Amino acid sequence: MPGVSDSVWREQDTTPGAIEAALRQLLKERHAENASYVPARVLNLVCVVDREWSGEIANRLRGVGRFHASRTVVCAVDPKRTTIDATASIAADSEPSDDHLALTRETVIVDVGPQHLEHLDTIVDPLVVTDLATVVWSPHGHEQALEALLRLSQVVLLDSIDEPNPADAVRRARRLSDSVYVVDLAWLRSTPWRERIAATFDPAALRPDLRRISAITVRHHADSTVAAMLLIGWLASRLDWRCEPLIAEGNMRRGSAEARRHRVKICLEPEPDQQVRGLAGLTLETSSGRWLSLERGPGGLQARYRNKAKGAEREWTVLGASRGEPGILGEGIRQALLRDPTYAPALEACQTMLEHSGAPA
Amino acid sequence: MTTPDAEAPEHDNPLTEGLERLPVHNTTLVIFGATGDLSKRKLLPALYNLAHEGALPERFHLIGVSRSDMPHGDFREMAQDAIREFSRREPDAKVLEELLNEARYIPGSFDDESIYGELTKTLEEFDQAAGGPLNRAFYLSTAPSFFPVIVGALGREGLHRHPDSEVRVIIEKPFGTTLAEAQELNAEVLGVFEERQVFRIDHYLGKETVQNMLAFRFANGLFEPVWNRNYIDNVQITAAEDIGIGSRAGYYDSAGALRDLVQNHMLQLLTLLCMEPPVDFSADEVRDEKVKVLHAIPAPTAEAVSQMAVRAQYAEGVSAGEDAPGYLQESDVPADSNTETYAALRLSVQNWRWAGVPFYLRTGKRLARKVTEIAVTLKPVPHLAFQSEGSVGVKPNQLILTMQPNEGVSISLGAKIPGTRMSIRPVNMEFLYGTAFMSQSPEAYERLIMDAMRGDATLFTRNDEVEAQWRICDPIVSTWAQQPGPLPQYEAGTQGPEEADQLLQDGHRWRAI
Repeated sequence: MPGVSDSVWREQDTTPGAIEAALRQLLKERHAENASYVPARVLNLVCVVDREWSGEIANRLRGVGRFHASRTVVCAVDPKRTTIDATASIAADSEPSDDHLALTRETVIVDVGPQHLEHLDTIVDPLVVTDLATVVWSPHGHEQALEALLRLSQVVLLDSIDEPNPADAVRRARRLSDSVYVVDLAWLRSTPWRERIAATFDPAALRPDLRRISAITVRHHADSTVAAMLLIGWLASRLDWRCEPLIAEGNMRRGSAEARRHRVKICLEPEPDQQVRGLAGLTLETSSGRWLSLERGPGGLQARYRNKAKGAEREWTVLGASRGEPGILGEGIRQALLRDPTYAPALEACQTMLEHSGAPA
Repeated sequence: MTTPDAEAPEHDNPLTEGLERLPVHNTTLVIFGATGDLSKRKLLPALYNLAHEGALPERFHLIGVSRSDMPHGDFREMAQDAIREFSRREPDAKVLEELLNEARYIPGSFDDESIYGELTKTLEEFDQAAGGPLNRAFYLSTAPSFFPVIVGALGREGLHRHPDSEVRVIIEKPFGTTLAEAQELNAEVLGVFEERQVFRIDHYLGKETVQNMLAFRFANGLFEPVWNRNYIDNVQITAAEDIGIGSRAGYYDSAGALRDLVQNHMLQLLTLLCMEPPVDFSADEVRDEKVKVLHAIPAPTAEAVSQMAVRAQYAEGVSAGEDAPGYLQESDVPADSNTETYAALRLSVQNWRWAGVPFYLRTGKRLARKVTEIAVTLKPVPHLAFQSEGSVGVKPNQLILTMQPNEGVSISLGAKIPGTRMSIRPVNMEFLYGTAFMSQSPEAYERLIMDAMRGDATLFTRNDEVEAQWRICDPIVSTWAQQPGPLPQYEAGTQGPEEADQLLQDGHRWRAI
């Protein structure tokens, strides 16, 4: 007999049908207990993780703040397992009151073995809420499982900086983009920087300088080359630059892109002092003599601006709080409901920069 | 002659596509009344949250102007304390420090011309530090009597224009307390600023659920076919509060329920409910359609007011299990006050779509519970074949749009009671916003401040709109002012005065609060 309690159900050697029935029963019981318990219905998140590291993933998911998926299905892969065990639970953020409903979210942890991965979709399909977007996140690889789950998912969440080789990361993201919408945490790490570059050139008087960008250097955490490349890929795709392969010079990558009437120098520079993953800073120069640098700093980005023609120089802080790693993951889950048409072209530009680049793997 | 090498002008910024947060041009925001309650509770926390999210312009400066005499440092401390107390999120110490560390404060009376000279000097310093002219936004968060004073002084000081940048003025409610005052204030404001520079706040329009009415109506094909007099029987708009006036006697006793909520917020809800689809969602297209609705509502004659409007005051009672004082026993309320704490109206929108459909509006303090909602009742089916089968409480379909406390949409439908007989009873199909979106809604003021800095006036009230609102409410205000008290009373914690039932036509009943 399944052990149904107030909010947790567990069963060993179970089936997807039994898990789904248990979830329905749990929801019914919660509603009967108090009608103000209302299930959130935003999206399904299916995570495929190594059993050994499932605790770490659970911690990361706990840190996403309000951006929880409404139903999370964690498939924990245990190399020695042959049967399916499952735990289903329903949790509410708060107790309901006269004025406030209590939103509930479901979590299902399914322990599976390697032999389940090829057809993991047949196990997960009954467990996701129909008609909600389904996001798949497979942070520990498990390509076979990911392939199987593509059939029932609309979005794949990945972090391209997890791949040791940037060229592989970009290739993989592009391949996945052909069949589903990809939310890449490496791309989201560059969002505040993209917003700031866009804002810098937004005043009508400065907009012509977009076509005069002559050099860009992006500084990044040693593991975050792809995040830096995506930023340059974004500029290239938005400004119609023709990218060329970058050349490795020590830890750096250098190269250029062909803009309408001039070349743009490109440099990616690892920043050894940067503790957190993502970007550390950038410097933009224009042929009209403007120079802008943005550096990560406390309370926001530290901006420095020079206009060589006028001899002007200024410094200021662009306000904004750091989102931290949990914030980035939460943002990734939120972005699964949106569509950013500029990621795929940026990715394509990245692939060109990485082709035969001779860069370190 | 243009040479082939000449740069093609960049009309749009190609970098903004795909960005959720669009750039806002560098701005200095001046808050008049910066030490006041609204500033502390809403404006400063809204600015902090925008800063936290990286949504403020790259160069942003804050200047507070108020009567309290204090140095810049004390103002920054006061602002920090207010943000810590009222922000919807725990402030990040560094962001908070960066937001306020260059904030300036100018003490003085708003009618003292010297503060405007000081203001000009400070604005120019910020421009100089930025290396060019920053946009300027003047937020008038003061007593309404100061609106014309400040606007006039800004004009005399030449602060209403700034070469190569935009100057905007944001004006809090109430925008006049009568039609004549609203017209006079409009004339004074528009004597200095152009209409495109003026942003009249109705913070209701900044609420996500109010904006969602537009999405609900114009992004769904399901409702439009029945959204007219042929299918809709009546509409009730309710804005009920379970609390009393608290410490707001000074303001409330001079305003009353009609001015406080009906003239602005509730008429906004009514126009969004009734407007025709705009050609697009630009500020003027949307506001043109809203104004047409207001023009279709006939202003009552003095004789008709008693037939279409009811007012009342709350008396002692029990609210949430506790004894609650009556309005006249509240501190600082004059014992002979004739100010209404409850107002109900019956309006008609005389156009092709809505002719003959009564719109019932009611608002009040110390009612049974807090709720803001619109109930659209459809006409009954022409023949109900189930009546002899033991059906229970069969009633026409109702569509309920709830703004608070649980934002959502519900539809009441008739459904068969399980069993062998064909018995029908009403059931609810309910959609709750909180269940379908992960994001925490930003505070209305965050959205409105951003829109004003970006120059998007869609969610602000235009001059003709505010006058059209007053044209409807003014005869009621003036008629009530001439009628002696005492006002009808309703017990605190109840549904409101029985007198409100007199407004209902054709067997209609007020929906339970």
